[in-house]
Amino acid sequence: MSLQLADPPGPRGRRRILVVSMLAVAVLAALAVLAVRRLADNGQLDPDIWRIFIDEPDLRTLLWEGLLDTLRAAATGMVFAVALGVALAFARLSTRPAVHVPAAALVETLRGLPLLMLIFFAFLGLPALGVDLSAFWALVLGLTAYNGAVLSEIFRAGVLSIDRGQTEAAAALGLRGTQIFALIQFPQAVRRMSPTLVSQLVTLLKDTSLGFVIGYTELLRQGRGAVEVLGSRYALPIYTTLAVIYIIVNGSLSLTARWLERRQSVRAGGSTGAAATGTGAGAGA
Amino acid sequence: MLDNLHVFRDGFVRTLGLSLFSAVGALLLGSVLATMRVSPVPPLRWAGTAYVETVRNTPLTIVFFFVAFVLPQVDIVFSFFAFAVMALTIYHTAFVCEAVRAGVNGVEVGQAEAARALGLTFSQSLRLVILPQAFRNVVQPLGSVGSALIRNSSIAAAFGVQELTGVSQGLATANPGDVIAILLAGIVCYLVLTLSLAGAVGVVERRLRGEPR
Repeated sequence: MSLQLADPPGPRGRRRILVVSMLAVAVLAALAVLAVRRLADNGQLDPDIWRIFIDEPDLRTLLWEGLLDTLRAAATGMVFAVALGVALAFARLSTRPAVHVPAAALVETLRGLPLLMLIFFAFLGLPALGVDLSAFWALVLGLTAYNGAVLSEIFRAGVLSIDRGQTEAAAALGLRGTQIFALIQFPQAVRRMSPTLVSQLVTLLKDTSLGFVIGYTELLRQGRGAVEVLGSRYALPIYTTLAVIYIIVNGSLSLTARWLERRQSVRAGGSTGAAATGTGAGAGA
Repeated sequence: MLDNLHVFRDGFVRTLGLSLFSAVGALLLGSVLATMRVSPVPPLRWAGTAYVETVRNTPLTIVFFFVAFVLPQVDIVFSFFAFAVMALTIYHTAFVCEAVRAGVNGVEVGQAEAARALGLTFSQSLRLVILPQAFRNVVQPLGSVGSALIRNSSIAAAFGVQELTGVSQGLATANPGDVIAILLAGIVCYLVLTLSLAGAVGVVERRLRGEPR
């Protein structure tokens, strides 16, 4: 439900909206025409360069393999990041200062750093300490460290939003701290935060594209390699295809998130939506 | 390490510049886009939604690719720095828009109704009643977009801009013995930036909330 900023328009208002609509369409269309003409003048809309996907079956294989590598890194990263997130959330919610103070410091530090720095740390820094990682594992480690910290905050916000009576009832039944977390708080927190969780996982998937910097052969790296081999004439078709692939994969994840959100608000009588907003403004890479 | 202090200083200044220019651009364009998305004009709403949904599901790296490699194909050529500012602005505009829109929708319905009852037009009620209150709700989310912007500016390193991450990587590969110290220095620089932003956001928020109205 969005805010009603103006009265329902009367006849004159409707006419004005129609005029502004037509103006807006005209301006947007003019911009589109300008862009298309600019592209056409530079031969970017030449059917030849767009047929490259039909003419070069190898290119299709290359991008397909890149997509698989992207998904592999994303899936591995998601599993580890969720595990780390749960552990950090549990530690930060502990009543013992010796546990929650270091956990809080770690989470705040990791969240304040660029993912690329963490990936460089894993890729360039760890070998200096005697730990040699492949590009794949350096990427996964970076993704895990950063997203684990962000996810732990989402889990923690979920746990804190749960009614205190739940915890008190569990304690009254004789459950211990760990049991209360694992059996009572965590399942409810996950259900409540599932929309935010999914959008953070979308961010993680987008962030796998940073693997190209350290030479991991994910989708973007493969596309860039193809453009280098075929010539920069093909930059537009190939990069557009990459963008469309990402939009389709992420879009379907986002749709799942929206579907979860709707199901959530139906089940909880529309009251949990507010708890889930706020933490999701991550704006990752 | 100490010999290369000026290299780090240059990188730090460049990261700061990238972040500031893009933040101003994204703030302006994001507010315009948010206005489009709450306006009563359907084509503007659709255009705004299409922009946000497309950009939000595209990795920033791809936006960089388009700006740095496709624009030169149509004879639009700038410096690497300007390209990076453009890419960061295009990307974060969508997130600023969403933060502002959430802020607008967070203002109580009664406020908009009262504004309309007083006979204020769409632009008047937005400008005088809704936006001032929305900005109060929006300080914290905008702060996290800003922090993400600072961190995301590191991607410019992969496109030839010698900012903090770029100089850290360069120094680390040139001095394999001091990799850890160099990367730690880079990390500390980023923490100085993001933590001071978080501090500033906290101060602004307290000030806005503390004001008796």
